[in-house]
Amino acid sequence: MLQIVFWFHAGVAIAAAVLCITRRSPVASALWLVVTLFATAVMYVLLDAHFIAAIQVLVYSGAIMVLFLFVIMLLNLGDEVATDMKGWFGRGVGLALAVFVGIEVWVVTRALPVDQIRLPAGELDRMTADQGAVRVVAEPLYTDYLIPFELTAVLLVAAIVGSVVLAKRKV
Amino acid sequence: MDMFVNLATPAGMSLAMLPEIVLTIAALALMLLAAWRHGGEEDQRLAGQVALFGLGLTMFVMWWLWLKGARPDGIAHMVTLDGFRYASSTILLLGAMLSVMLSLGYVGRERILTPEYYVLLLIATIGMLVMAAASDLIVVFMGLEIMSVCVYVLTGINRRSVFGAEAALKYFLLGAFASGFVIYGIALIYGATGSTNLTVIDLRTSNLELESHGMLLVGIGLLLIGFAFKVAAVPFHMWAPDVYDGAPTPITAFMAAGVKVAAFAALMRITVHALGGSIDAWQNAVWGLAVVTMLGGNLMALAQRHVKRMLAYSSIGHAGYLLTAVVSGTETGAAAFLFYAFAYTLVTLGAFGVLAAVGRNGERTVRIDDFAGLASKRPWTAFAMAVFMLSLLGFPGTAGFIGKWYVLSAAVESNQWTLGILLVVASVISAGYYLPVVMQMYMRPATTAEAHSDSAVLGAARWVVGGATTLLLLIGLLPSGLMNLARASTEDLKPGVQFTQQPAPSDQPMLSDED
Repeated sequence: MLQIVFWFHAGVAIAAAVLCITRRSPVASALWLVVTLFATAVMYVLLDAHFIAAIQVLVYSGAIMVLFLFVIMLLNLGDEVATDMKGWFGRGVGLALAVFVGIEVWVVTRALPVDQIRLPAGELDRMTADQGAVRVVAEPLYTDYLIPFELTAVLLVAAIVGSVVLAKRKV
Repeated sequence: MDMFVNLATPAGMSLAMLPEIVLTIAALALMLLAAWRHGGEEDQRLAGQVALFGLGLTMFVMWWLWLKGARPDGIAHMVTLDGFRYASSTILLLGAMLSVMLSLGYVGRERILTPEYYVLLLIATIGMLVMAAASDLIVVFMGLEIMSVCVYVLTGINRRSVFGAEAALKYFLLGAFASGFVIYGIALIYGATGSTNLTVIDLRTSNLELESHGMLLVGIGLLLIGFAFKVAAVPFHMWAPDVYDGAPTPITAFMAAGVKVAAFAALMRITVHALGGSIDAWQNAVWGLAVVTMLGGNLMALAQRHVKRMLAYSSIGHAGYLLTAVVSGTETGAAAFLFYAFAYTLVTLGAFGVLAAVGRNGERTVRIDDFAGLASKRPWTAFAMAVFMLSLLGFPGTAGFIGKWYVLSAAVESNQWTLGILLVVASVISAGYYLPVVMQMYMRPATTAEAHSDSAVLGAARWVVGGATTLLLLIGLLPSGLMNLARASTEDLKPGVQFTQQPAPSDQPMLSDED
């Protein structure tokens, strides 16, 4: 059963991703991206990361995609967008890259992580039952990973200042 | 009298991050100041002075930690405290300070009156310091992103320049792509070793015999591609000439020196410390990158007629020399990198400072011929430029020579003879475009009587150019003090883990085989 759910959603995620980059209309692309993000959320559920799955749906499929659509509508990009896929050469390069990525995925799946670094089977389930789904994520985030967490604040400040500078009407 | 800092406690972590915290406060204070005072040139100058003060204070705090001999108690968690961090942070802060000093006059002249200019410059410097300090791949990535986001914006901050806009967009798209490679590589390295901490990665690779684990190898490859993009190594250099050309000149200098040194500092720490055990996996790849970057960068620079573009390609060539230091994979290589980076920062800031002064009507259009007769009209400026060109070339008597010699000896020490020979060949090629600048200045008369009448180096930029020239000659003649400092700074780059007290079993990451 799990196998079926996995393969179905993996297929949906990949197909939607391909559709996302091949559609001519930006709105259609954005909507296919939503499908990809939903299918990815299912992967998180399969990995017992329920909280991450919920966040994925709320933040990515919800908030960020709404912003995407807003931007597309504000820029008033209609249907008649010229394609930037460049003839047979561009497609050839794309195909070569796809083969390259295929080889890479093949190599990576040949080499699975060694047993010593894996969590014991059922460990994540046990932790979730003990501490609740949020705490399993939140506690390391605010203790072990506090420094990277604080650094994201600096990154966001930089991004806001930068976008204000570039978007200001008066030069 | 080393001071052991326990990075597991909030107080210890705050102490370890003190320079970054000071600089963050300075950047935020400057942001508030910019909100009130954003009238014109006077306010812009004030913002620059505040930025300079903030950078100076950060340097002071960094040196205080250095003098105290602060070092981590146990495994360096997230950030580390060692000589390599202090030395590379000093170089980065110096580069940022000199960039601010060049900007003081430049932004007024070019009417770049957005006071956020200095705020972004400070935040970019925070990112660089974080990269130099990071002992965890996640922190490396955060530093890289903070730095990159600010530099994308700074590239296009002159809204009236169409070349600036093109450069910023190009840099943003390719930079975001490169960041994708870096984070994918980090994810795979985590998948193979179960950790993002450099010490733990190193211990697990050797203890669990993961040296040729497929996932680790692919991860290292992707990480290298991402870093090669960021330091503009051939064949991932396509963005660099256009971006360096289109950005405001002080920002070009900041990118060519600071961004490159920060990325190399992180790469050096990752390769020597975390991936030292799997050196066979990456050494050949970096070797190839170094060779094509050295030869390719210098050959392409030969074909340039405009000075700013020529310096852009020359900085690609110098990335090749720095990659040579990475190939050795030893502490000597890291020490050579520090020395070279110091000289390179001085020379880059100085050369772009002179270019900004000479190119009063747009630096993009200054050609090598336009330097004709500078020696007779402005002897000191010409002398400084000559020192910079000879130092970039690696002429004996300048700091550039000692730096190159140090890199060469690091390569030879790890039996990289071919690489050493190719480095010398690349340097000979580079004479073909550095020397014409010197020849034009000293052996050709000025084209018109009023040429160079307004190309004086003014204000704070005079201190940058003068100071850089003096230091380059001084280090070129008396290098031993700085070389000893570089060597001492890299001794604990690959630290034996030291605990002053026995850690609780649960705190200790799994370091050894279960059996």
